[in-house]
Amino acid sequence: MRPEWKDFVGGAWETEVNVRDFIQKNYEPYDGDESFLAAPTQDTKDLWDMVLDLSKKEREAGGVLDMDTKVVSTITSHAAGYLDKSKEKIVGFQTDKPFKRAMMPYGGIRMAMKACEDNGYELDPEVVEFFTIHRKTHNAGVFDAYTEEMRNCRSNHIITGLPDAYGRGRIIGDYRRVALYGVDRLIEDKIEQKDSTSKIMTADNIRDREELSEQIKALKELAKLGDIYGIDIRKPATNVQEAIQALYFGYLAAVKEQNGAAMSLGRTSTFLDCYAQRDLKNGVFTEEQIQEFIDHFIMKLRLIKFARTPEYNQLFSGDPVWVTESIGGVGIDGRHMVTKMSFRYLHTLTNLGPAPEPNLTVLWSTRLPINFKKYCAKMSINTSSIQYENDDLMRVTHGDDYGIACCVSSMRIGKEMQFFGARANLAKCLLYAINGGVDEVTKKQVGPKFRPVEGEYLDFDDVWSKYVDMMEWLAGVYVNALNIIHYMHDKYCYERLQMSLHDKEVRRYFATGIAGLSCVTDSLSAIKYAKVKVVRDEDGLVTDYITEGDFPKYGNDDDRADDIAKTLVSTFMNMIRRNHVYRNGFPSMSVLTITSNVVYGKNTGNTPDGRRYRQPLAPGANPMHGRDSHGAIASLSSVAKLPFMDSQDGISNTFSIIPGALGKDDKIIAGDLDVDLGLDRD
Amino acid sequence: MKGYIHSQESFGTVDGPGIRYVVFTQGCPMRCKYCHNPDTWPMNVGQILDTDEILEAYDRNRPFYASGGITVTGGEPLMQKEFVTELFEKAKAEGIHTCLDTSGIGFHTKPSYLTKIDRLLASTDLVMLDIKHIDPQKHLELTGQPNDEILAFARYLSDKPLDLWIRHVVVPGVTDDPESLYRLGYFIGELKNLKALDVLPYHTLGLPKYEKLGIQYPLEGVEAMPKDRVPALRAEIIKGFKDRRRELAAAVKKS
Repeated sequence: MRPEWKDFVGGAWETEVNVRDFIQKNYEPYDGDESFLAAPTQDTKDLWDMVLDLSKKEREAGGVLDMDTKVVSTITSHAAGYLDKSKEKIVGFQTDKPFKRAMMPYGGIRMAMKACEDNGYELDPEVVEFFTIHRKTHNAGVFDAYTEEMRNCRSNHIITGLPDAYGRGRIIGDYRRVALYGVDRLIEDKIEQKDSTSKIMTADNIRDREELSEQIKALKELAKLGDIYGIDIRKPATNVQEAIQALYFGYLAAVKEQNGAAMSLGRTSTFLDCYAQRDLKNGVFTEEQIQEFIDHFIMKLRLIKFARTPEYNQLFSGDPVWVTESIGGVGIDGRHMVTKMSFRYLHTLTNLGPAPEPNLTVLWSTRLPINFKKYCAKMSINTSSIQYENDDLMRVTHGDDYGIACCVSSMRIGKEMQFFGARANLAKCLLYAINGGVDEVTKKQVGPKFRPVEGEYLDFDDVWSKYVDMMEWLAGVYVNALNIIHYMHDKYCYERLQMSLHDKEVRRYFATGIAGLSCVTDSLSAIKYAKVKVVRDEDGLVTDYITEGDFPKYGNDDDRADDIAKTLVSTFMNMIRRNHVYRNGFPSMSVLTITSNVVYGKNTGNTPDGRRYRQPLAPGANPMHGRDSHGAIASLSSVAKLPFMDSQDGISNTFSIIPGALGKDDKIIAGDLDVDLGLDRD
Repeated sequence: MKGYIHSQESFGTVDGPGIRYVVFTQGCPMRCKYCHNPDTWPMNVGQILDTDEILEAYDRNRPFYASGGITVTGGEPLMQKEFVTELFEKAKAEGIHTCLDTSGIGFHTKPSYLTKIDRLLASTDLVMLDIKHIDPQKHLELTGQPNDEILAFARYLSDKPLDLWIRHVVVPGVTDDPESLYRLGYFIGELKNLKALDVLPYHTLGLPKYEKLGIQYPLEGVEAMPKDRVPALRAEIIKGFKDRRRELAAAVKKS
């Protein structure tokens, strides 16, 4: 065994790149409570004060403190940057100083220019010229190949948020590999993979070989990134601090190369705990030191920043990086995967205060240890900063070493990635079905000229059959637009570092998404169970609806409405599946708009459920606002009925509740009465 | 059997132990000045639901209610005793914890009434009795109804094999004087099966409902009870409660 691995339990992971095997052989489930956790050190407090000060200055400067307008960001493009070198136990920034945003033009030069302009900077004209004339971008490639129909769908907002002008994201490198194996070993592995490709030079094989070469180059640059900070990550990490640092350099290299729509971290806490436990046992570090490393690591993750435009920020309601880290869960052998490190990660919310990033996500199972559940509940109450996802559901298909990209997209770390696919607006599609492909807002013929509905009242069977035809068309345009996008992204903006931290054979989820599910469900329910009269404009186009009578609404655990939602999800997913998808992708779908439903609603006319033009669609799989009248469990039950296997990329339900509605202040209710009742027994 | 139902809440966390399925019955003869559900007052209107429909809705999400159960509140559930009885009997047969949230209005000792109420209580695990005011005159002013039969109901419940919680809403200037609170505590000190005291701070969330229904709000201008005052008010009740318990214990020792 290598000296760096001394005291670890050996196994297949020694001879093959297999982080999961390492974790399973070495992690120690922790059933205790949070009492072992350490408070922030003085260095941590000092550094965080500096961050708060810089954040304030950034806000005062209008959202951006500094931008690089000259140097194209690569893994090794910038000198080392620090807050205070003497105090930082984990180091590394995207540029040569904190809060300075890097320039990443490979996704699209116009987006990079606009991001500068909108924030009061000007991109170096030489860079603009280079990426306009000499080097093509992803964005330019996509628009060379788009059809007119695709452009129309885009500009009329029936397909929205397509990653055709920015980085697609949603790929998680297995950053743990850098710590466990060191970069040299990973390069050897990739060289071996390249040597094992076929000798027959088909286009696919050529692409594989070119990509593997790019991956090897990226790994070499990653080692140089370590050199820039005076840290050698060519060999395996020997203790927990080195492990965190190596893992973070892996992630940092990714965010220096890619400004993706979601740059998630993976599932790192239990992995790192193996190192922490070893160091604690051997007296290498104290608990206080280990917490300090984690605090500094999380602090760095909070400071990942990208140059973006106001439109982008509007679509995503802010400037999210989606540094999602998946915590906990249960192993397929039945042992839970909560370790002390799971607590330490969440404890940063106490030591550094609450924050939206990194997006700490607990993989929830009914079988998590009770002390951890209690701690999660406490931290959620105190900080409102924890996301929860259903491990019992995802473990069935993804095993016990998957992570979440962005908000809900699950993928096995280092073995699966995703082609991010934005979403199709199914509410608007229903209006296209009613109006024979004419857009109700722009009045343009966008969809195919199918027969529109006739007469004064909508008939369910008639509308449904027209809707099925229109969805079939939409699925076709949508999937093919995505085929172009991912082809071009692979070609001009390839995620070489992230993919170098994947296996050779990777499952590529071809993700699609839908918006407006509850709006369509209620609209169809209104047509089926009430009477819906149409209102036409002077050209005969249906622009409004008058609904007579009541109808069942999604969000009340009422099967009449919920069955419509289920059918919609399965129907559209099957339409997606019937299309050819790029690079043998595995088609999947999500119902997960968390913020963009507001923008989609702005561009969707009146709908038969009574929703008005410009009113937001509900987020994700949420019921329409205010229509769930039977309380939370009934509302959540409607959502839970949606078929996960037809929406494998995730189903989200945005849910907020006032603390008082979660139960009473425990001091008000029972307690001292019981003591008194004892009094009269003597 | 069918009943008039105002609404149902699938995620009730404040009306009894655990997470509960809460059924709000329609109709109430009380006119409590601070009532936050005036829309539940009218009798014989609203949704008509069968006991089986309610239990089906409960069953669909039963895992959520593992440490809770079903609560019937209102309106005033005792206005539809037979309906609630059937619902609770069916629930008990399925092992569901049952809770009745009531003001106790309408209680009297006629044998025909007692037969009915006994049958209901036989399938009730927990009664949450809301005593609006301990003083008869002030109770009448506050609710439009006397409180003698309510207090008699409390004593009647005290001999039943069920758990009893007392709820009391504290309203600034209306129900928060120390003397009344002490007297309330003194009274509930004699209730043998009392398991909890739930002191509820008055809030004004019901106001928009009055505006919608076009009813004058009787407590116009009364501020919500600050939550931080509740422990002190609760302590007054506990003081009376403890004095009564001590007296009772002393009496037991003497005899």
